[in-house]
Amino acid sequence: MSETQKVKQPKGVVLDHISKIYQDPKTGKNFYAVHDVSLEMAPGSFITLLGPSGCGKTTTLRMIAGFESPDEGEIYLGGEPINALTPNKRDTAMVFQSYALFPHYNVFDNVAYGLRLRKVPKPEIERRVKNILELVELSGMEQRMTNQLSGGQQQRVALARALVVEPGVLLFDEPLSNLDAKLRVQMRTEIRRIQQQLGITAIYVTHDQSEAMAISDQIILMRKGVIAQMGSPLDIYYHPNSEFVADFIGECNFLKGFAKKTWEGITEVELDAGIARVKADHIPDEGARCEIVVRPEAIVIGRTGDLPCTVELSCFMGSYQNYHVRVGDTLVKITDNCPINKEIFQVGEQVFISFAPECAHLLDQIEE
Amino acid sequence: MSQKQSASLDRKKFFADPVMVSTIILLIVFLAVFILYPLAILLVDSIYSNKTGITAQFFSGIFGEGAFATSLWKALLISVPALLLSILGGSALARAEKSSQNGTVQSLCRIMPPLGLILPLLAAAAYTLAVFDNRGSVAVFLQQAFNGGAGACLLIALVQAVILTPLCYRLIDGVTRLSVTAARDAAEEKALQHKQLMRNVILSLVVFGVNLLMIVFLYASVHGKYSFIVAISNTLKVGFLVGILSAGVGLLFAYVEVYVKVRTRFMSGLFKVVSMLPVVSPPFVLSLSMIMLFGKAGIITRHLLGIYDNDVYGFWGIAIVQTMTFFPVCYMMFRGLLKNIDPSMEEAARDMGASRMKVFTTVTLPLLLPGIGNAFLVTFIESIADFANPMIIGGSYDTLATTIYLQITGAYDKNGACAMAVVLLAITMLMFAVQKYVLERKTAATLTGKASRMRMLIEDKSVTIPLAILCSLMALFVVLMYVCVPFGAMFKTWGRDFTLTTKWFEQVFTKYKGLKAFQDSFVLSIISAPITALLSMIISYLVVKRKFKAKGFIELVSMLAMAVPGTVLGIGYIRGFAGGMFHTGFLQGIYGTGVILVIVFVVRSLPTGTRSGISALRQIDKSIEESAYDMGAGSLKVFTSVTLPLIKDSFLSGLVTAFVRSITAISAIILLVTPSYLLITVQINEFAEKGSYGIACAFATILIAITYGAVLLMNLVIRFFGTSRKTKEVE
Repeated sequence: MSETQKVKQPKGVVLDHISKIYQDPKTGKNFYAVHDVSLEMAPGSFITLLGPSGCGKTTTLRMIAGFESPDEGEIYLGGEPINALTPNKRDTAMVFQSYALFPHYNVFDNVAYGLRLRKVPKPEIERRVKNILELVELSGMEQRMTNQLSGGQQQRVALARALVVEPGVLLFDEPLSNLDAKLRVQMRTEIRRIQQQLGITAIYVTHDQSEAMAISDQIILMRKGVIAQMGSPLDIYYHPNSEFVADFIGECNFLKGFAKKTWEGITEVELDAGIARVKADHIPDEGARCEIVVRPEAIVIGRTGDLPCTVELSCFMGSYQNYHVRVGDTLVKITDNCPINKEIFQVGEQVFISFAPECAHLLDQIEE
Repeated sequence: MSQKQSASLDRKKFFADPVMVSTIILLIVFLAVFILYPLAILLVDSIYSNKTGITAQFFSGIFGEGAFATSLWKALLISVPALLLSILGGSALARAEKSSQNGTVQSLCRIMPPLGLILPLLAAAAYTLAVFDNRGSVAVFLQQAFNGGAGACLLIALVQAVILTPLCYRLIDGVTRLSVTAARDAAEEKALQHKQLMRNVILSLVVFGVNLLMIVFLYASVHGKYSFIVAISNTLKVGFLVGILSAGVGLLFAYVEVYVKVRTRFMSGLFKVVSMLPVVSPPFVLSLSMIMLFGKAGIITRHLLGIYDNDVYGFWGIAIVQTMTFFPVCYMMFRGLLKNIDPSMEEAARDMGASRMKVFTTVTLPLLLPGIGNAFLVTFIESIADFANPMIIGGSYDTLATTIYLQITGAYDKNGACAMAVVLLAITMLMFAVQKYVLERKTAATLTGKASRMRMLIEDKSVTIPLAILCSLMALFVVLMYVCVPFGAMFKTWGRDFTLTTKWFEQVFTKYKGLKAFQDSFVLSIISAPITALLSMIISYLVVKRKFKAKGFIELVSMLAMAVPGTVLGIGYIRGFAGGMFHTGFLQGIYGTGVILVIVFVVRSLPTGTRSGISALRQIDKSIEESAYDMGAGSLKVFTSVTLPLIKDSFLSGLVTAFVRSITAISAIILLVTPSYLLITVQINEFAEKGSYGIACAFATILIAITYGAVLLMNLVIRFFGTSRKTKEVE
């Protein structure tokens, strides 16, 4: 008894130069769904694979679960190579997008399924299922059939079913995409709470950047089968390494210009409309083409400022005022929070924008 | 108040649409006259004759001479006390469970619910075996019991009581739990319990009824009319076996197609052929080739294996031929079901540590279970209604359908035939009701999920290769059976003289009026096909898109026709129209003409057409038609300008299916055809019965060519003029 009560050690996952090749059903050509992906996921951390559809994130997850086998590279789970293992032999448990609950079983039997396969004695199954249902706040629903549950409850059952077997790694395949917006926010908090409580390793696939930011320790942003950037949510949001990453994570403005001199970590960039100042991670070549990445909420609009512009759209959104202004040739989006305290500018007005150097980010390797 | 107003408004709107009202009235009249009336007349004929008035003698004639009522009475006498006893026992147990803490009582109660299901099933199986083993020891024992042995009666009652007690316990337990829940006042839980209770009540009634019926059958198996008792036990035996075999083979094929990676051209071609066969296959064909391949002079038995006296006629012949005829239907059903299973469900099981076998037994199979029951019943119905195959390959092994046919064409025992037809109809109706209202719904309830992503196919060579080989062999065997027919028509004497000849084809046209036969069959079918297609489209349109009072009636009757065996319908038409409706001479004119043949064709193909029409129409968004109404189109205009073009493909395939079904129909037609019409299928039957396989094969070959040509033509037309092409181009 005492042995089973002990929380199992979470396992880390390592992907070593993983590639997966698919055949395009229309053209018959081979292409890389996942190309040379290497990763290290620490035990007990919450990692999110984020990216637009078709970027290879689900394929990567399914390779870890064992439903697809990589064409190149090796996957390690808790230090052991697992490429040769079938899904039922791997110490992973997955929560599916469609929940994949068994409609012919009730809640209890659904959750107990994995334990029964492991030949766990009956009283212990009952105890563990009871505990886990308590954890996901579904106590008393044991005898319900799955079609008598709401979407959120079904989601909890799916989670409980995966958790109850105490897997080394918990996998989530866009688990919240079938829920409505409010429930989604509630459930992601729940998932994060449970993951922290159990200290389990979790790998989470989503295309929703706000979801990714809310729950992850680490985000891995993928694009066309390769990793575009990885890092903490804060890191990825404020220091995107490419236009793609910046654009994918939240709304973003790009101001094109030429780098001028840099001192005390601040680079001056010459734009069409004027000079802007950016905090630089490194010193760009003088005169190089570069881009300033700045978030809409980081821009201040006012009667005075650095860059002159014309208001093209002014729209009250409740918690903020939404502006589109024209700076030179570039359209810049601005969200001005709590507009009731401030002056509201009308379309056609000539105003100025400015932003603090540390709120903006400089990209000097521009994709053409 | 407002509800009343809107109802009257609805009515006003409804009657403002004269086209629809008159269509509905015409439809109701058609269905009533040509489906319900013949069946009603059968019932009347089986209990009424001019000489004796209303009498049960025809039923007692087939069930047991004069003693039918007595046996029923005695069965009741045994069963009712048994039921009372078991109710007492059940309630005593339920009370004991509440009050005592005795371990044995508790454990006894725990095994009661499953026993309540298992015991009646076991009993039913035992009874079935006893009925099959006609005039066997059980029956003799029962006979003695009925003849007055009080001890034997008591024993039967006790056995029945034991069988029924767990069921009663289930019931009473359900009631007490219900009252407890009522006190707690949880509405949802209560509804659930209510449902469970109702299920239990129905279950126990069914078990009780089956018990009673089985006793009657057992009694009848001793006293009943010999030909009927043999026929019914033969029919049920074949039906059970064919149902199980077809469902099994169909499941295997579907599983291989959906789950296993066997993507060679050859295999997918084979699977396509197998799925097409039931559409283009005329009856007899498999029986014919079975005889030619495995009969006394069969190529395989005699020339390959050197067996000279192989007997293909009889039970196994029918069972194999029917399995091969009907399993493609099961295959198509299972394919649809398996494709609807969300693959992530199986992946979830696999992810939690289940092996492939375990996934199949704990997830896939339970999900399919209602579907398997469904497939079994559908083939069971088809099998017991099948006339053509038992006729050719049955030999002296008579089934109900052939017995009825012989009864009316040979013995002229019209009332007896009617009574048998009613029994056959009752069996198919019961099965149909179970299939339609219990299993089909259950299947839909468990398998509503759409596949969320592509299924990972099984690539493991140790699985794929044996399965692929098994399926290919079976499919090749089926194809061989079909190919055998044209070859049969090309050799001089099958089994003896294998020189190529065109003699049989020539004889078809010179000696046996082949041209007239083809002309008659072709013309009648080509007339009935558009009628059927249009009628089934109208019915499905009304059923899916409109609301009116008689809708339930129209839907039910047009679906009911599916459960009516052709032989039964044929006899109904003979009895119903030979002397005009209700023997008044009204509509007598159509009897013996082509009109009644066309009507039979239409009625026989209507259910399949309606079914596919309904599923096609359900896919069209209601708002498309509503916008047409909104812009001022009448209901006829909406149907012709919007609905019909959208379901053009389905309409076309319905047209061809109706044509193929009509030109290959036999069971009802053979009873109604007159010498002024020569039909191909009737000709084939005649020559095959006579043993002139060359001629029969020649006829069958040309028939296959016609049906296959029709299907090819349909595919061509759909490819170039169909709606699906246009919508695809837009994409």
